Order: sequence, then structure tokens, then C-alpha cells
Amino acid sequence: MLELQGVHKHFGGLHAVNDVSFRVLPGTIKAIIGPNGAGKTTLFNLIAGVLAPTSGAITFKGSEIQGLKPHRIAALGMSRTFQNVKLFHGMSALENVMVGRHIRSRAGFLAGMCNLPWTWTEERSIRHRAMQLMEELDIAAYAGVEATSLAFGQQRAVEMARALAAEPDLLLLDEPAAGLNIYETAEIARLISRIRDKGITVLLVEHDMSLVMDISDEIIVLSFGEKIAEDRPEAIQRHPEVIKIYLGGEEEVDARAGGGTQPC
Amino acid sequence: MTFPKRYLAVAGLLAMVVGIQQLTALTGTAYYLTQLTMAAYYSLLIIGLCLLMGYTGQLSLGHAGFFAIGGYISAALTTHDFSAHGDTLLLGLMEKTGMLMHRQSLYGEPLLNVHPWPACFIAIGMAVLVALVLGVPVLRLKGHYLAMATLGFGIIIYRVVLASEFFGEADGISEVPAFNLLPGLSVNGDFAFRVTNYYIAWGLLLLGLVLLLNLIHSRVGRALRSIHGSEEAAEAMGVDTSRYKLYIFVISAAFAAAAGSFLAHYNGGIGPSEAGVMKSVRYVAIVAVGGMANLWGALLMGVLLNFMSLRGMFGTYDDAVFGIILILIMLFAPRGILSLRMTNVFRARAKTPGE
Amino acid sequence: MDSSLFLQYLFAGITYGIIYAIVAIGFNIIYNTTGIINFAQGEFLMLGGMISISMLQFMPLPLAIAVAVLVTMLIGALIEMVFIRWINNPSVLRMVVITIGISILIREAALHVWGESVRALPYFIGSAVTSIAVFGTRISPQVLIVIGACSIMVLGLSLFFRYTSLGREMRACSANRRAATLCGINVKNKVTLSFMLSAGIGALAGAVMSPITYTQYDNGTGLAIKGFTVAILGGLGNSLAAVAAGLILGIIEAFSVSFLPLAFQDAVAITILLIILFLRPHGLFGSSEAARLKEF
Repeated sequence: MLELQGVHKHFGGLHAVNDVSFRVLPGTIKAIIGPNGAGKTTLFNLIAGVLAPTSGAITFKGSEIQGLKPHRIAALGMSRTFQNVKLFHGMSALENVMVGRHIRSRAGFLAGMCNLPWTWTEERSIRHRAMQLMEELDIAAYAGVEATSLAFGQQRAVEMARALAAEPDLLLLDEPAAGLNIYETAEIARLISRIRDKGITVLLVEHDMSLVMDISDEIIVLSFGEKIAEDRPEAIQRHPEVIKIYLGGEEEVDARAGGGTQPC
Repeated sequence: MTFPKRYLAVAGLLAMVVGIQQLTALTGTAYYLTQLTMAAYYSLLIIGLCLLMGYTGQLSLGHAGFFAIGGYISAALTTHDFSAHGDTLLLGLMEKTGMLMHRQSLYGEPLLNVHPWPACFIAIGMAVLVALVLGVPVLRLKGHYLAMATLGFGIIIYRVVLASEFFGEADGISEVPAFNLLPGLSVNGDFAFRVTNYYIAWGLLLLGLVLLLNLIHSRVGRALRSIHGSEEAAEAMGVDTSRYKLYIFVISAAFAAAAGSFLAHYNGGIGPSEAGVMKSVRYVAIVAVGGMANLWGALLMGVLLNFMSLRGMFGTYDDAVFGIILILIMLFAPRGILSLRMTNVFRARAKTPGE
Repeated sequence: MDSSLFLQYLFAGITYGIIYAIVAIGFNIIYNTTGIINFAQGEFLMLGGMISISMLQFMPLPLAIAVAVLVTMLIGALIEMVFIRWINNPSVLRMVVITIGISILIREAALHVWGESVRALPYFIGSAVTSIAVFGTRISPQVLIVIGACSIMVLGLSLFFRYTSLGREMRACSANRRAATLCGINVKNKVTLSFMLSAGIGALAGAVMSPITYTQYDNGTGLAIKGFTVAILGGLGNSLAAVAAGLILGIIEAFSVSFLPLAFQDAVAITILLIILFLRPHGLFGSSEAARLKEF
């Protein structure tokens, strides 16, 4: 589904992403973890098209996408959410989700200005599909509410619905559990698994280890822009390099009281 | 499908338009119709500019330039005598397709001009072309760079028409012939046709309004609002933000050019002041005061303020009034700008370490 | 083109160029302390000329110019205090539009006070036909006065900003406002000072150039555009580069007359502006990294 080959991203002298290569197989959930500053968000932005790699290739569904603008990549079947939920302010939750249907609809400038009848059916189906998704995510009640006035958890749900509305083949989730409590995190985990079960491939960046270990098929560990490890969750948990990154050297293990899930 | 509310509002406006005309007929104040007609044409430009400023957040300090392109090209093509070039290939082709007209000048000399219909199309077409070419680099600019670039564009147009003989230099172009839209429907300044022209102008304005209202309520309109809400997220959802901004720029330019073209025929002429910075600033002030993303507000203010200005209610302080309006709005109630500022705040919040 | 004509064009270019540079430096001073582009900058030059001309009826020339400069500085301070000072967290665009509005107001006020007529200060030395020989051609001494006065201003400003504590404090404000406040610098006053300074140099330039370029109520806008072009050309905020850029623009503009109709001369500057904005907005001498750091 997605393949990165030798991707580099330099900002002046800073190597934010250094020679990263990996594959994401269709219908799987892959997580990217690593301490703060490891380059996870940069990597995401490279895949989504917000940034262009300094060198290397990114292939999505067989075609190279590095350097393409985000809207072109979205049209190819990739959808994403944002770390700090980026909903459209000034629009209702429903309208936000409806924008998610943008690439699955056609009405353009001319058809819009002339209010041609075929656009009426399309609008109806967009609205219908958006409502459907909101019902699936239990947020249908907020359809008419201004999106940015909702509670954080609900905003996340709206953003998720918006991303799903595009019927993507690959869904990029940027820290989906950030700011959520244990119960909400568990719900998100279930939701993401359901999404995978529907056949959508998921790539996520996350700090919450319980979520990551719970649902991921494979995990990639980044540190200082480099891929340190790529394996199944159980193997990652035992990987010496990974442990070192998160817990420091062996001497420091005793000094820290409990909890190896917090990155330094 | 429920009948959209917006059409009811348009119908209401239409009723008001008819009502006002009837009122002026009854009270013998039909001379108001002239200024109302002109105000309607200017408002066509205003609503186009409102779309641009309110829905894509682009400030255009040079929109009078597009108005001038429309007006001047229509005026020049329909008044310039092309007899000398009558045997060239292009003109031969135009003659065969009926795009030319033969008239007589005031002194009885034969004139070969372009017929107003194709002239209008060419005028609007030129504006669209310029907007396309200019829009691509300009729309990438932000903040004061964008303001300066559009201002610079407006001034270039002003300089060009002021300096060029084809466009009448400082005197502008006069003797612009009537624009016969259809048999019986003619755009001209003749008093006898005052009422007809009033309805033509308002008809054009209402048509433009309906088109824009439709656009705003369509899928494209939603996409535009999403760009306004969060450009980055809109891109991620598949909205081609640069292309949409460009199309809106072009549409607003087309509206301005149409206004210019029709007004040139109505006034029977056009002068370089129509391309001036002061006019551009005036248009921005009107859109700002009407509420940047509010088409109805812009239309109302456009008609009101233009009418007042045309009737000379501001006296010699005409330009100053709009300058003051601009300052006051920007100081105290930048509501349209306010939503723009929210976008900036949004962006500022998003730039946390690690992004 | 013979050498005499060449030199004429060259001197014309340098004269106008250094005036544009002063306008650009005015932009830069205010931009550096506040991040605002003050569109009314050109009006300061117009006011300098107009007020001098009016004052000339009552006092000798040097005094008239001094009064004009002071009055314009006061106007600059007034503008800052009335319109700029109390706006919190302004968006750049909003400030541009406000300053455009201010420039319109000043223009219209000038129109009502002085009318539409074109005026000029008398030549400082001799008259319109006085000329002195320089490098094989004859130029008016006023040209030298303009170049001299503006050069002194540029020199004075660089010395001011580099060696006086007041100048250093203003530079601190531009570099990092919050840090400057923490160091005990009264930023608000520095902002007012920056407006006064820009107004003052503008007024002086406007006065010395008046005999050559004439003064009219709407001189300001054109100068502002060209000054802005120069500021951008040199890299916004970089005043030394502004001098170089000003000379470049002035000379290009002067020589353009030899292959463009005179009426299009003004369009040259704007075309250059558009080209720069589209291709290299950080200017010839700026760096793109630095430009990106500044919030536009």
C-alpha cells in the first residue's frame, strides 16, 4: 500500500528524517513511535505531501507521490487527521464531515453557480453519507453545532468522521489518543481496529504505548530521524535499542520508578 | 427539495427594485434612476470583490484595474475606427462573422468598429486572461506583499490607459455607442430609455448575485469556506486550494470587467480615473463595511454608498469619506478581517514545537 | 548616447534613487520596530515640501524647512498615538489597510489646505537655470544638495543606530520586542520615536527635492510605492541595502526614458516591484531563511 525508500528530509543542517525506509501492507495497522523530536510528525507530513523529501521515494498504491501536493495525494485515496485537531471553524460538525466527501464528489464551479439539478442529488448523497458516518461514531447529535465549539473528544471524532468520509485506502492518524483518558483511548483503539477490519490500512503516530501495543500489527521506532526498529509489538517491547531510547541506559533503569511508557 | 431561502431573498430584492422604480415614477423623481443604475453596475464589481476578499481572504487593492480593462476595451473597440485595417485577415474574418459594425461619425465619415457584443466578450475575456496570468504568482503572496502587488497592478493599468493613445490618454474615451442587447433592450445613456436601463442594470446585478449565492451554497462554496477555516486541513481533504483561489480571483475579475463594460456603454464613455487607486480603495472600503463574507451586506453598502457618492452627497470629500470608512472599519470592527485573524490565530496555535 | 547625456541621466538616477532610498529607510525604521508597513510614508515627503513652502512666507528658507520637519515629525507621532498605539495584536494586513486609509486622509487634507496646484520651493542656490560643471556635464547645484542632504541623513542614521544608546535600544526593539521590554526599554515610546524619525527624514527629503520635482498634494502615493519597491528590493528591514537598491532603481528609471515613452516611466518601478515580489520577495540582498522567519 505504502512504501518509503531512503527518504531524507533536511532543514538546513538538521536531518529531521534520515534514510527511512519501510513498507505498510494493505489492511494492516502500523504505528510509528519514538521520543519527542524523533521526526515522527515530519515523516507524516512527508507522506501526506505537506513537505517534500530532500531525497528518497514514497510510493502509494504503486505510484510515486513524493513532491505531490496534499490534495493530489488525498485524491489518490489517502486521508489524515491532525495532532492539534484542525477542524474548519465557522462551519458545523456536519459540514466539516461533508467536506470529507469532497474528493468523492464532482460538482464544480459552473455546476455550482448554475445550481444544476444533478448537483441536488449529489448534495443529498453527500449529506446522507456524512450523517451515516457521524451516527457510526456516535456524534450525530452534534451535526448542527459549530465544530470548534465542541468538546475536545468530540472534535476528534468529527475529524475522524471527516477523514473516513473520503473513503480512503490509507488513513493517517496523528496522535489519535492525545489528550484522551483511559476509557476514551480504549474506545479509539476499538474504533481503529474496526476501521482496519473494513479494509482500510492505518498508519498512526502515537505516544500512548498501551494503544500502540494493543492494536498495531507492526511498529516502527524512530529516534533522531532514523529508523531504529521495525517489528511486531512483542518483539519491539524486547528490542534493546528501543528500551535504551525510552528508558535511558541500564544504570538509569533502577533510578526511574516504574512506567516505561513515558519517553524522556 | 425545499425552495432555497436565498431565492426568496432575491425575489424580495427584485420586488424592492421594482417598487423603487414605481415610486420614482409616481413622485416624479425619475432622475434618481440614473444614479441607481450606475450604483447597480458598481455593485456588480463589489459582490465579486466580496467573494474574493471574504471567501478566500485575498485583499485586492487593484480591482479598479479589472473594471478598467473591461470598460476601456469595450469602449476602445466600439469607437476606434478600424477602417485602415479593413483588408487584414483578422478583420476580414470578423466582418464575415458579423462582429463588426459600420457607423457614421458625428461628421458623417464612415466608421468601422467592433460590435458591442463581441467587444464585451473580448473585454471580459481579456480581464479573465490577465487575472489568470496575474493570479498565479500574486495569490501565493501573503499580507502586505499581496496588498502591494495588487496595488501595483492597479497602478500599471492606470498608467497604461493614461499613456496610451488607443485608450484616449488623459481624456479617456467618449462617444461610446449604445449596446443593443436584444431588440428593444439597449444599454445607453439616453433619458428616454432610463427605465429600461435601470432594469437591465439591476437584472445583471441580480443575475450575478444569484450565481454567486448558488456558488456559496454549493460543494465549491463549502470547499471555499473550508479553506477559510483551515487551509491545511482543506488541502488534506482534497481541496485544491491554489486552483480554487485562482478561480475566485478570475470570477471576481470577470464581474468587475462586466461592470466596466456595461457602464462604459451606459455612460457613453470612460476615463482614467476609473482605474485609479482611489477607486480600488473605495471598493475595498465598501466590501469591508458591508461585512467581508457577506454578499448581501456588500451589495447593500455598494448600492447605498455609490448612490450617495454619485449624487454628490460627499462633495469634495468623496475620496476622504471612503478613506475614513476604511480606517474606522479596520480600527473598530474588522469583522471580516476578524475571521481572517482567526485563521491566523489558528495557524499560530498550530505552530507548536515539533510541527 | 554621448557622455554628457549619459551623465545627465546618471545624476537624475542618483538623485531620485537616493530619495527613494530615504523613503525606503523610513519604511524600514518603522517596520523594524513594529513589523508594520506604513503606507503613509510618502505623505511625509509631501508634507515636508508643502509645509516648507507655506512657512517660507514668514521666515527664511532654513528655518522654514526646520519648522516643516518638526511639524511633520509631530504629525508622525500623532498618527502613531491615535491610530497605531492602542491596537492590540494587529494583523499585518489590517495595519496595511489602516495606513493606506491614513495616507488618503493626509492627501485629502492636503488637497483642502493647499489645493490642487503644483508648488515648489525656490532653488536653494541660484535659480532654475544655474548650473555647475561636473565631470564634463552641467547639473543644477540642487542635485548635489539633495544627494548631500540624503547622504548625510543615511550616515547620521547609521551612526545613530550603531553608537547611541537610543539607537541601540531601538534596534533591540526590532530584534525582539519582549526581550527589549524585559530589559527595561520603553518599547511604546520607541515606536513613537520610530514614526517621528521616519517622518523627519521624509520631510527633509521632501523639502530638498521640492525645487527639482515640485510638490503636489498627491505626490505621496507614487513615492510610497517606489520607496516600498526599493525596500523590498534591498530586503525589508535592511537599510544599507535600501540605499544600494534605491540607486539601482533610480538609475534604471532614469535610463528607461531612452527606450520607453516617458509616460511609462512610473510603470518601470512597479514592474520591478511585481517581478521582485513574484520571484524573490526577500530582495536582492536578503536571505530567504530570514524572510521566512518574519511573520507576514
